Amino acid sequence: MNAPDIIKRCLGLYQDLDFAYVKEWKKKTGKSAIGFFPVYVPKELIHAAGMLPVGLMGAGDQLEIIRGDAYFQSYICHIPRSTIELAVSGRLDCMDGFLFPAICDVIRNLSGMFQTILTKKYIKYMDYPQNFKRELGGKFYQYEMRDLLAGLTALSGKPVSDEAILNSIGIYNENRRVIEELYELRAQSPHLISAYDLYLLVWSSNILEVTEHTQMLRDYKKDVLRTADSVRPQDNVRVVVTGAFCEQPPLMMIKSLELSGCYIVDDDWVLGARYITGDIKAAGDPLLALSDSYMYQAVSTASRYEGDQEKGRFLIDQVKRRRAEGVIFCAPSFCDPALLERPMLHEALKAAKIPYTSMKYAENTGQFQVVKEQSGTFADSIKLWG
Amino acid sequence: MAKQIADIQKEESMILQKDMIADHFKALANSNKLGKKVVYTFVPGNLNELIWAFDMLPVHPEINALQSGMRKKSGDYITEAEKFGHSEDVCTYVKCDIGMMKKGNIGPTGEKLPEPDLLLLSYTGCFTFMKWFELLKQEYKCPVVMLHVPYQADGKITPEMSRYVSEQIRKEVVPALEKVSGKKLDEDRLQELLASSGRAEDDLCAVWDAGKITPSPIDAYFGGVYYIGPIFTAFRGLPQCEEYYKTLRAEVDYRIKNKLGPITPEGHVVKEKYRLIVEGPPNWTSFREFWKMFYDEGAVVVASSYTKVGGLYDQGFRHDAKRPYETMAEYCLGCYTNMHLPGRIDLLERYAKEFKADGFLINSIKSCNSFSAGQLLIMRELEKKTKLPGGFIESDLVDPRYFSAANIKNRLESYFQMVDAKRGA
Repeated sequence: MNAPDIIKRCLGLYQDLDFAYVKEWKKKTGKSAIGFFPVYVPKELIHAAGMLPVGLMGAGDQLEIIRGDAYFQSYICHIPRSTIELAVSGRLDCMDGFLFPAICDVIRNLSGMFQTILTKKYIKYMDYPQNFKRELGGKFYQYEMRDLLAGLTALSGKPVSDEAILNSIGIYNENRRVIEELYELRAQSPHLISAYDLYLLVWSSNILEVTEHTQMLRDYKKDVLRTADSVRPQDNVRVVVTGAFCEQPPLMMIKSLELSGCYIVDDDWVLGARYITGDIKAAGDPLLALSDSYMYQAVSTASRYEGDQEKGRFLIDQVKRRRAEGVIFCAPSFCDPALLERPMLHEALKAAKIPYTSMKYAENTGQFQVVKEQSGTFADSIKLWG
Repeated sequence: MAKQIADIQKEESMILQKDMIADHFKALANSNKLGKKVVYTFVPGNLNELIWAFDMLPVHPEINALQSGMRKKSGDYITEAEKFGHSEDVCTYVKCDIGMMKKGNIGPTGEKLPEPDLLLLSYTGCFTFMKWFELLKQEYKCPVVMLHVPYQADGKITPEMSRYVSEQIRKEVVPALEKVSGKKLDEDRLQELLASSGRAEDDLCAVWDAGKITPSPIDAYFGGVYYIGPIFTAFRGLPQCEEYYKTLRAEVDYRIKNKLGPITPEGHVVKEKYRLIVEGPPNWTSFREFWKMFYDEGAVVVASSYTKVGGLYDQGFRHDAKRPYETMAEYCLGCYTNMHLPGRIDLLERYAKEFKADGFLINSIKSCNSFSAGQLLIMRELEKKTKLPGGFIESDLVDPRYFSAANIKNRLESYFQMVDAKRGA
């Protein structure tokens, strides 16, 4: 498959709110699918249990919310509305279980809503430690993972061996490496891979079986490099986009940012696929390895407590590493963690003399002219005075 | 035309509490002179006894925010924080606190609050707490110690959760307090404080229990926020806290004996017409106006969930001096906002039954996702389970822009009509 066809396939997966791929996979394998919410879950454990991890990120701008709005007040963000809409309309029936990571009060309470509405499904709230000492938070996270394994074992009827987990860690290491290669290539030659393409490629990790996804990314990269000479770089400004760890921007918004004269050289979209940086140790005690990776190899994001670390250091390093000229804060409306984090990151960027601008969106935002004007003006100001 | 709000009627317990608060803020204002270290911490899951065991002074930023709301200062503070880049979408407690700090950190008694020597981030039931202290850390450049309290996702506290919290207290919190205070922990003193907490909790429970009597001698929401004052904030574990609850209990006993209704700012409720269960925090900026909408209609809140954010004592929890670390851990884990949604529904259903309620009402707070996300489902489930009428109103904690008196009054009137209609049916 060539690159445009791959993107077409990814777009199909993105737009399919009936999860045809998941249903087909289940039919073919006779195994279970586990839906998980942003940001991060140890997919390695689901994979090792022989199940398909399925990333659930709302319904974007593709679904008319009828029943979902009856569950949430106007001041709650949008992603739980579309999620409930998907659940009560039966679209999530193909999932055998759901994992809700501890990222904010809304997703936390959404886990209880699922417990109340979908009483026959396996539902687990993944409580991640905010204490990053191996003997305290690390131990607790391993307990959480053992509890998850017990839940998966109850579903499948088969225990999950350490060897199977170590094997899955290796498989996901490979996947993360290929994703990082694409990000690196985009940062080096942003004219070769659009943010739109890269977003869809990474987003499809929500659905596709991991080895299939890794191979698809490799095919894409190969094809892009094959045709690289025919693409000319533009005089765009290099920016990092940050603030969207959970509810995702509409696809057209990503396009609008690019069309306004920005090369997006890094972002935090579909962050779960890139939450762990580098390889996870694929030997020894697998739960210890996963726990250590969560504690010591994760990205910085608003849902993690940063005690001793300098606020904004990760972002500033990201800007430097990707040779970005500015930062666009792009956060969902009513997202407490991202919006409370923002003033602290503003301060850090100000101190580092890195230009920034801020905007908000909802996953179903339909007007992008304002976005384009704001990011275009930002890009122009960097070109003129940056 | 609405009746003018009369002079406030006060009972002895109210005067006691007022004096306790005044003394505490005086001590805070003079903390430097007194040589006392100051710990900022949060109400739900607070480690008050531990702080007092080190003879340090606790400050609760959300209490400062609600006091600012009641004193009509929060609007300016929130605007000030928004000027510094804080979004209009986020928790107004945080913005009120940041704004107050930017404007000189003047406390409710008009004296300047001291800066913290330590931020004790007891992280129970609310993610915003975490960001709040990250923000304060940037402002104050002081040490922070995090106490991560896992969520009761399956409606229970497992031994592993309990161990995780008690180990953090032992290995992280106590050493941090020792370092800042320059003192070793006196475990005997800690046990004394915990034992005192247990006794005060007994008296508070007797007060809550009185709500089961018809007519109720207490209002467990508007009156309730005063009842929880000492035990949820700076005073749990201290002798004056015990004295307060003894006094309060005696006042409630007197009302029971004399068949008196709860005290309001305009005297006792003469005729109890509606017995309600309320879920969610109150509005603080128009607290008296809000309360008046209830007592003018003869509506008495017989039980509420907000008064359980600092401890579910009525469900059996007591601080146990014999197991200091374990008991502190269990306390943190057991607060209302740390309960999963089905557990909250069950508790409210139990309240409706045990307190013989006529209906339940949800005050949904814009600022508080921890409470608010899921409340519409809670309402539907409760209606289904109890067959009682449910009401839903919206306001905010301390942002006066989100309190629409006419709207709320209108909704409440319709709600009371609905209760009447259900009774007649």
